Amino acid sequence: MARNKEALILLLDVGPSMHSVIPEIEKVCSMLVEKKLIFTKYDEVGVVLFGTEDTDNELMVEVGGYQHVVVLKNIKVVDGDIVEALQQLPRGTTHGDFLDAIIVGVDMLIKKFGETNKGKKRLCLVTNAQCPIKEPFEGTKEEQVTTIAKQMTIHGMKMESIILRGKLSQDANKKIMDENDRLLSIFSTETSARLTYVENPVSLLGALRTRNITPSTIFKGDLELSPKLRIKVLVYKKTTEEKFPTLKKYSDKAASTDKSATHEVKVDYEYKSSQDPDRVVPPDQRIKGYQYGPQIIPISHAEWDAVKFKPEKGLKLLGFTDSSNVLRHQYMKDVNVFIAETGNTKATLALSSLARAMKEMNKVAILRCVWRQGQANVVIGVLTPNLSDKENIPDSLYFNVLPFAEDVREFQFPSFSNFPAPKQPNEQQLEAAANLVKMLDLAPQGKEEVLQPDFTPNPVLERFYRYLELKSKHADAAVPPLDDTLKKITEPEDDLLQQNKSVIEKFCRSFELKENPRHKKSRRLWREEISGSGEDQGKGEIAAQPSNLIEDKSNVEVENIGDLTPVQDFEAMFLRRDNPDWVVKAINAMKNKIYDLIEDSHDGDNYSKALECLTALRKGCVNEQEPKQFNDFLRDIRGFCQEKNLHSFCDSLSSKGLTLIPKSEAADSEVTEEEARSFLVKSEPKVE
Amino acid sequence: MDYEPESDDPFRDDDDEPDSHLSLEKESTKEYVVYLVDSSPKMFNSTCPASADDQKEESHFHIALSCISQSLKNQIINRSYDEVAICFFNTREKRNLQDLNGVFVFNVPEREFLDRPTARYIKEFDRVEESFAKDIGSQHGIVSGTKENSLFNAIWAAQALLRKGSAKTADKRVLLFTNEDDPFGSIKGAIKSDMTRMTLQRAKDAQDLGISIELLPLSHPSEPFNVSQFYADLIGLEEDELADFMPSAGNKLDDMKDQLRKRMFKKRIVKKLKFMIVDGISIELNSYALIRPTAPGAITWLDSVTNQPLKSERTFICNDTGALVEESTRRFYPYKGQNITFTMKELSEIKRSSTGHLHLLGFKPLSCLRDYYNLKPSTFLYPSDEAMDGSICIFIALHRSMIQLKRFAVAFCGSSSRAQLVALIAQDEVIQSGGQIEPPGMHMIYLPYSDDIRLVEERHSEKSGTVSKASNDQIKKAADVIKRIDLKDFSVCQFANPGLQRHYAVLQALALDEDEIPEIKDETLPDEEGLARPGVVRALEEFKTLVYGENYEEECEANSKPSEASKKRKAQAEVATKECENYDWNELADTGKLKDLTVVELKYYLIAHNLPVSGKKEALISRILTHMKK
Repeated sequence: MARNKEALILLLDVGPSMHSVIPEIEKVCSMLVEKKLIFTKYDEVGVVLFGTEDTDNELMVEVGGYQHVVVLKNIKVVDGDIVEALQQLPRGTTHGDFLDAIIVGVDMLIKKFGETNKGKKRLCLVTNAQCPIKEPFEGTKEEQVTTIAKQMTIHGMKMESIILRGKLSQDANKKIMDENDRLLSIFSTETSARLTYVENPVSLLGALRTRNITPSTIFKGDLELSPKLRIKVLVYKKTTEEKFPTLKKYSDKAASTDKSATHEVKVDYEYKSSQDPDRVVPPDQRIKGYQYGPQIIPISHAEWDAVKFKPEKGLKLLGFTDSSNVLRHQYMKDVNVFIAETGNTKATLALSSLARAMKEMNKVAILRCVWRQGQANVVIGVLTPNLSDKENIPDSLYFNVLPFAEDVREFQFPSFSNFPAPKQPNEQQLEAAANLVKMLDLAPQGKEEVLQPDFTPNPVLERFYRYLELKSKHADAAVPPLDDTLKKITEPEDDLLQQNKSVIEKFCRSFELKENPRHKKSRRLWREEISGSGEDQGKGEIAAQPSNLIEDKSNVEVENIGDLTPVQDFEAMFLRRDNPDWVVKAINAMKNKIYDLIEDSHDGDNYSKALECLTALRKGCVNEQEPKQFNDFLRDIRGFCQEKNLHSFCDSLSSKGLTLIPKSEAADSEVTEEEARSFLVKSEPKVE
Repeated sequence: MDYEPESDDPFRDDDDEPDSHLSLEKESTKEYVVYLVDSSPKMFNSTCPASADDQKEESHFHIALSCISQSLKNQIINRSYDEVAICFFNTREKRNLQDLNGVFVFNVPEREFLDRPTARYIKEFDRVEESFAKDIGSQHGIVSGTKENSLFNAIWAAQALLRKGSAKTADKRVLLFTNEDDPFGSIKGAIKSDMTRMTLQRAKDAQDLGISIELLPLSHPSEPFNVSQFYADLIGLEEDELADFMPSAGNKLDDMKDQLRKRMFKKRIVKKLKFMIVDGISIELNSYALIRPTAPGAITWLDSVTNQPLKSERTFICNDTGALVEESTRRFYPYKGQNITFTMKELSEIKRSSTGHLHLLGFKPLSCLRDYYNLKPSTFLYPSDEAMDGSICIFIALHRSMIQLKRFAVAFCGSSSRAQLVALIAQDEVIQSGGQIEPPGMHMIYLPYSDDIRLVEERHSEKSGTVSKASNDQIKKAADVIKRIDLKDFSVCQFANPGLQRHYAVLQALALDEDEIPEIKDETLPDEEGLARPGVVRALEEFKTLVYGENYEEECEANSKPSEASKKRKAQAEVATKECENYDWNELADTGKLKDLTVVELKYYLIAHNLPVSGKKEALISRILTHMKK
């Protein structure tokens, strides 16, 4: 393991212009160290801050200068201390000089490792590069940067720079920024450095790879265009799903004093005879059976090995075809990348010419692949060109697996044109939809593409690792809610919605959606997200009434709450005395109705109706001495509104003076006057 | 560990996702088929060429039988729940539900007349021709002077067999094989017209009950089958369909034989989704799995002695105390030297990151969807108005706009198994020669997160300076190659999976005790003839010379220098071979002294003889002994 350990120095800008993004930097950097603690716990990390008020680094002592650069943590094996330090970065007061910080970082790495540990030394710079760097004593800034970059190459250091721009940087001097950009780009041409510009907090979280996985080849050998022309290639995984960590089952059987207890649970599988359930059949007496019609045919491993399909290892080209012959949705699996063998110029050229010709002609290549000898199946896939616009990165090809004839299910679906006229959108509806598609734009011209997969972290994993760290300190901490940055991945961004308010409203007005009353069962789907108490019973029973019943209500026993006159229906149900269940039924039905109204509301147009219903429900609950039903429900509603960002509804609650039912109104209530009064004042739920 | 199905099983079904258990709808389209085979002497006497390039003539009866047999063998894999009956008419013996003359239903024990095919059924059917004359016997059923009408009886018997199940849940078909275009030709006058009328009425009654009757006429090239003689009326052919009937019937026969062994899946909804477009507008979608890797079917563990299925039992054992425990509700994860425990509730809370099913986030141009944004097969979405009226209309409007503007939607799919960003691509309907090739709807493509993407290309960047990119000349030569090796009508599903087809073939051979495993053609191999065409060879040669220069062969040699690891391995092997010679292995084996050697010494032998060196000492010894054939 030791030979793979990496030494990383984080160079973090904490100057005044960075303050707004420091919370995100804290999160991403502490996550990085947390993951190192889990996956590569022998890695070493140092932290250098710049833009600080203080100065604390060895170079300052040794040669002077290097002001406002603080070595927060010297290089050491990762531990909880570094995580904590990164979770509370100090806010600096001066403009930082990123080049000073880089030099301090390089110096630290050289002092600690000298010539050793090549290729495993990394610097990671996070800054907005808004402030000019100091003029060097001699030569130009460019020369100075080039010299440092060369030094880094000699010592086998890599650098990763994350530059914050767009929304993340305030208005700054364009000239300085351009100069800094130019200087930073020297690093990426002179040495192995990655330069990433990010414009929003989500991509900042995604831009810094918190876990470094060394890719391993899945194939090394010839890409065979024909028996006479073979190109040496390496094949790597380009994407692989990073799975949610596997947690072990916990056993609390061991005594709490037993320090060496593993607490693990072993899972044992035993195969038992179906006639004699007590007889365990040992592994060597088992044989695999395959279904053939209603029967099961036993086939032993040896039999299989003798007859199974055994293709030769190798990658063979079948031919090229128009890219339109392969559709995007036919890609089957995670993606591989084909790169020419390292250092093989001819192979690089061959691959490059193929890729470029394919791109020009809009062609793709179809390949037959057997990655390993002994693999029992072949893979058919498509190669698509991946041209590099960077000078030091070679052209490559992406490989996607395609389905076989057996894998495609030919289900037929009705043509859209076969639907009757009412289901066809009209001109105006089409226009509204086209506007929405155009305006709800995640890749605006001249700006960074939002939610680009390359820069979007997995919110669930983020959440898990943060919670893990939290739990390591507070064992019984509750799961914290998804923070605002991560919410931008799971929900549409507010800014975007605000900007396009009129387009969205137009869209909403153009279409009419109606719940289908005949279809009761599927209502569960539409109600699913409401987690509250007691709505289960009422769920299926609030379907709208057929309209002809509503016309003459007086003669009809009301059994449900309709769309037109919910309050009256509710009261009618309440007054039915043929069965005491009606009260409960009415309350549940009303609750559902209110949820419906709030949720289906466009811009609050249903709110007044919902408030009427809520008032009626409250009155009913006071009369029937069911305060708990109402109080619980009102709390649920508030939670629901907060979750859905429907604060305006909460506001209208307080304006109507709708609050919990206190003891004074219903004796059974557990709510005090005080509590009832303050209920609507607090807009934030208690954070646990 | 051999306890669970091998993880590297190439056919592992990805459908094991929790999603697939949520099937909400099953369109039951079971098929009940009755094969009616004319067994009159004419079927045995008439022949036709077995195949175009074969001079051998085969009897019509044989052709019909082999066609049915082939079809059964495919069906047992493709749709093993469908039920079949095979029924001969114009026979000497009789066996059928109504005890009608001249009709013989073929069957094997432990099976109803109309039932799922079994291995034994297929096996015995393959042999039925040998013993046909003895057990069933061919005899012309319609002869003048008797009132017998074997065709009438056959249709009646078939109808009785198909009484099972309702026409709504099952497709009922009768496939009639005959070479007699005029079954009542030998009869004259009123009796003939009477019999014709009755038979046609019988067929019409059956059709009214939802049974379709299909005719598979057999004929000799010199003696065409005249369908308008009688059968056009029976199967209800219109005037204008007559001309097309014979060619299409011929194709049907071929289709039955050459069908691909392919497990058929019922169209079913994987999941009902709620698609939140904007606040207040949520439409209803159904998702379908149109493309999924096919597995050859589930594996059942059997007892190798009795061949009876085994039940697997799982027990949880506390590692510290050895006590049996219940399935634990807590999980833990080691972190910073502690075991951090979680309750299942906390874990599901972490994974629950969104409330809605599918949440629209915005739109991007199609060019933003890079080729490496893929993790697993896509899912197909089609709107439904079942619970939410208006869904279809909104969906069509968006669908059209997205196609027109060349944009895709980005949405968040909050499923609990893996909450994921998805791309929704609008797919227009594609119809080719009357068939729907691509259904209209949207394909949901699962996008990776930054955690899932690896920066491979950058790791391969040169430390400093530039890497070579192709020159214009080289690109031009590559373009020539591409033009030469063009797969014009490439379609994604043109290849059968050779591994899977082999599996089915082996299974069939073992189940039916066939002596030979049916030959499977590997369609995935490159077209060597095509690649050897002079034009192709020249283009490749020119490209090679331009890129690699004259000495391509040497380059290849030079570049295939052994790596460090392989050098080391080679050196090791040399040492081992040398050391190996110092022992008298035969002697050691005979005197049982192998166990006195060390593992290192034993490995000398193994390495020298290119055998695996894994395992415990006993395993090594037994491997050596096996190798020495002792």
